[in-house]
Amino acid sequence: MITLLSRRLVGLIVTLAVVSLLIFAVMDLLPGDQASIMLGTSAAPETLASLRHELGLDQPLLWRYGEWLAGVFRGNLGQSYTYGVPVAGLILERLAVTLPLALMAIMLSVAIAIPLGALAAAHRGGLPDAVASIFSQMGIAVAGFWVALLLIMLFSTALGWMPAGGFPGWNAGFLPALKALLMPAVALAFPQAAVLTRVTRSAVLETLHEDFTRTALAKGLSKRRVLWRHSVPNALVPVLTILGLQFTFLVAGAVLVENVFNLPGLGRLAYQALSQRDIIVMQDVILLFAGLVIVMNFIVDLSYLAIDPRLRKGI
Amino acid sequence: MTSWLRKVIATAAGRQGNKLMKVSRAPSALLARRFYLGAAVSVGLVLLGQTPAEAAKTTLTLGMTVEPTGLDPTIAAPVAIGQVTWQNVFEGLVTIDETGKIQPQLAKSWEVSPDGLTYTFKLQSGVKFHDGEAFDSAAAKFALDRARGADSVNPQKRFFASITSIETPDPETLVLHLSAPTGSLLYWLGWPASVMVGPKSAAGDKTTPVGTGPFKFVNWAKGDKVELARNADYWSKDATAKLDKVTFRFIADPQAQAAALKSGDVDAIPEFAAPELMSSFDGDAKLTTKIGNTELKVVAGMNNAKKPFDDKRVRQALMMAIDRKTVIDGAWSGLGTAIGSHYTPNDPGYVDLTGALPYDPEKAKALLAEAGYPDGFTFTIKSPQMAYAPRSAQVMQAMLAEIGVTMNIEPTEFPAKWVQDVMKDRAYEMTIVAHAEPLDIDIYARDPYYFNYKNPAFNDLMKKVQETSDPVAQAKIFGDAQKILAEDVPALYLFVMPKLGVWDKKLKGLWENEPIPSNVLTNVSWED
Repeated sequence: MITLLSRRLVGLIVTLAVVSLLIFAVMDLLPGDQASIMLGTSAAPETLASLRHELGLDQPLLWRYGEWLAGVFRGNLGQSYTYGVPVAGLILERLAVTLPLALMAIMLSVAIAIPLGALAAAHRGGLPDAVASIFSQMGIAVAGFWVALLLIMLFSTALGWMPAGGFPGWNAGFLPALKALLMPAVALAFPQAAVLTRVTRSAVLETLHEDFTRTALAKGLSKRRVLWRHSVPNALVPVLTILGLQFTFLVAGAVLVENVFNLPGLGRLAYQALSQRDIIVMQDVILLFAGLVIVMNFIVDLSYLAIDPRLRKGI
Repeated sequence: MTSWLRKVIATAAGRQGNKLMKVSRAPSALLARRFYLGAAVSVGLVLLGQTPAEAAKTTLTLGMTVEPTGLDPTIAAPVAIGQVTWQNVFEGLVTIDETGKIQPQLAKSWEVSPDGLTYTFKLQSGVKFHDGEAFDSAAAKFALDRARGADSVNPQKRFFASITSIETPDPETLVLHLSAPTGSLLYWLGWPASVMVGPKSAAGDKTTPVGTGPFKFVNWAKGDKVELARNADYWSKDATAKLDKVTFRFIADPQAQAAALKSGDVDAIPEFAAPELMSSFDGDAKLTTKIGNTELKVVAGMNNAKKPFDDKRVRQALMMAIDRKTVIDGAWSGLGTAIGSHYTPNDPGYVDLTGALPYDPEKAKALLAEAGYPDGFTFTIKSPQMAYAPRSAQVMQAMLAEIGVTMNIEPTEFPAKWVQDVMKDRAYEMTIVAHAEPLDIDIYARDPYYFNYKNPAFNDLMKKVQETSDPVAQAKIFGDAQKILAEDVPALYLFVMPKLGVWDKKLKGLWENEPIPSNVLTNVSWED
C-alpha cells in the first residue's frame, strides 16, 4: 500500500513538472502576447512596452516559469493577466460548476452503461443486445458537443423545457442549478456511456462463461440472480479501468460542452485563457486537470482493492 | 377547466348532500362553495393580469456576446469593457450622445483659446466617486496624467499626446495646455478610454470599478455576469437612473442568445450576434427588433507595400470586382450599409463614395491587364474567426475568381495571432476585419500601421483637420480624405455592420444606434 502510494506520488510530481514546463513553452511559442491583446490596434509601441513591464512579460521565459513554480509551491497560483484577480479564486468559482458536472456525467454514464451492458450480455443476440449495440455505435460515432447542440435544439428551442445555457449559480437554489447542468451532463455522458456499455457487455460475457457462474447455476440460483450477484460484480474491474481512463476524456469534453452551454466552468476558463494568452491561468488550469486525472486514476486503483478481495492479499 | 371543476364540485357536493340530506342548508352550502371557488379563480386571473403593472419592473438583464477582460476602460482596449462601464459606472469630462455629438458631463462648460492651445473646463460641483472621494480638478488632473504619463497603459494614449501641462487654479477649473491645436480633443475626451477615475480607487478599477456614474459596481461573477446597482447619491438629480439593478450576462453563442431572449432569461441583447437569426423574432409577442447603425467598418485591408498590392491599379481592379451588395447579402443577411471609404454615414462630412469604383468585372480585368496581370494572380487572405470575416471572404473569393484572381482563405485566430501576424509583423497580403473605433480614418496616416499605406496628401489632411475645431471646416477636410481613400483603395471598403437590437417591447430608452460602442442605461426604464 505504502509503495503503491509513494510510487503514485512521485509519478504525479514528475508528470506535473513536465506538463507545466511544456505548457509554458508552448504558450510562449504561440503567436500574440497578452499586452498586444489587451491594448488593441491603436496602442503605441511604448505603451505596449509599459504594459509588458507591468505584467512582467519582459522577463525571460525560464525566469517567469521559475517564479510561477515557486509560487505554486508556496500555495500561490498567481494573478490572472486578463481578470486581474488571483487565479486560485477563479478556479474555485469554476470548480463549483465543473466538478458537479463531471460527477453527474459519470453517474449518468454508469447508470446507463452497466445495466444496459449487462442485459446485452445476458440476452446476447436478443433485443437488449441490439439496443445496446445501436446505442454504443451512435455514442462512439457522434461527438459530445454535437449531441449538446441537438439537445439544445430539442429541449430548449423547440420544447422550451430546459435553459439553453448559462448557469444561475448555486445561490439561485439547488434545483435550478441542477437543471442547468442536466443537459450538459447528458451530452458529456452520452459518448462515455457508449464506450462503457461495450466494455461492460464484453466483460460480463466473459464472466458468464466462468466456472463460478456454472456452479452458481448448478446450485439452483435463478439466471437473474447469477447475473447481478455474481457475473456483474466480477466484471467490474475492466469497467472501472475504462471509467478511470474516461475521466481524461470527460475533462477534455467539458471544455467543448461548457462552451456550447455557456457554463462558467473550468473548461471555459481554459478556453478563454488560451484565446487571451493568459499563461498563468492556463498553467494553473492544466495543472489542475492533470492533477485531477492522476488522482482519479489513483482512486480507480484503490477501488480495485475494494471490489476484488484477491488483490488485497498482495499488499 | 371550468366544466371539469364544476363536475368535481358537483360530485363532492352530491356526496355531501347525501350525507347532509336532513340538513336543509345543503343547497346553499353548494352555492357558497361554487361562489367561493369561482371567486378564487377570477381573483387569480385578475392578479395574473395585473402583476406586471402593479410591480413596475426596475431590474434589467442585458445580454452581451463578449465578456470584458477587466472593467477599467482606461487600461485595456476591448470594446466590451466600455459596453459595461462607460456612462454607467464611469463618466468623462464630456460625453458622446446617441447622435454622436459631444455633450457636457463632468465639465459643465469649456472655453477654447483662439489659438486652440488652451482648454479651460468648468467642472460640476458636488460630484463624488462611488467610494465617497470628491471629484474635482485635482482628480481630473490625476486621471488625465495617469492616461498620458510615461508608464501609462492607456490604449488611446495618443489622444493625450498634445497635452503639455495641466493646471488646476481652483477645484472647479481645469486648464489644459497643448503643444499644437487638436481639433478632435473634445471628441476624444468623450471616449471610454478618457473617463475620470478616482486617485484613491484607480488602481483597483480593473476588478472593482469606482466612477461617478449613475450605477455602482456590485459584483462580477467571472465568466458569467456583471451586476450594477443604482447610485442613490448621483450628482445630477435630473439624470438619476430609473433602474435599480442591472445585470450584464455574457452569452457567446447566438443560438443560446436567441433562446435566452425567448425564454425571458435576458430582457435585451442590444448587439445580437447572428443576423441570420433575426427573422426568428418576427411576430414574437414579447420582443421587438431594432436595426440601427454602428461605427463598425468591415474592410479588407491590403499590404500596400507588397507586390502586387503596391500597384494602385491592382487594388482598384480588386475593388471593382466586388459587388458590395452581394457581400452584404451573403455575409450578413443583407443587413448592413455599403461604404466607399473608411467612413460611415453617421460620421460628420460623410460622402457616399460607393460609386467611385463601381462593380464592373470587365473594367477590373482590363485594369489588371494594364497593371501587368492579364491572367490574374494568386494571394492569401488572413481571415479572423468572427462570423462576418470568413463569410465575406468566401463571397469575395467567388467574385475575384471571375476576374481570374485566386484568393486563398487562411483562418487566423483573432486577436492573438492576427495582432501578431498582421498588426505587428505585417506578414500578410490581405486581411478582413471590422474596425470598431469611431472616426478612425486617421489610421491611414499612422506609421506604422498594418496597411503600410503612405500618402503625404492624406497625411496633410489629417494634420489639417486637427488644426481647426470648426465642425464645418473639419467636415470638408474629412470629405476630401474620404475621396482620397475611395480612389487609392488601400483597403477594400465593404460595409458598415448594423446594430441588431432585440429587446422586450416594454423596455424603453435603449440606444438604437451606436455612435460609439456602448450600452448607456441612464434613461432605460420599463413601460407600465
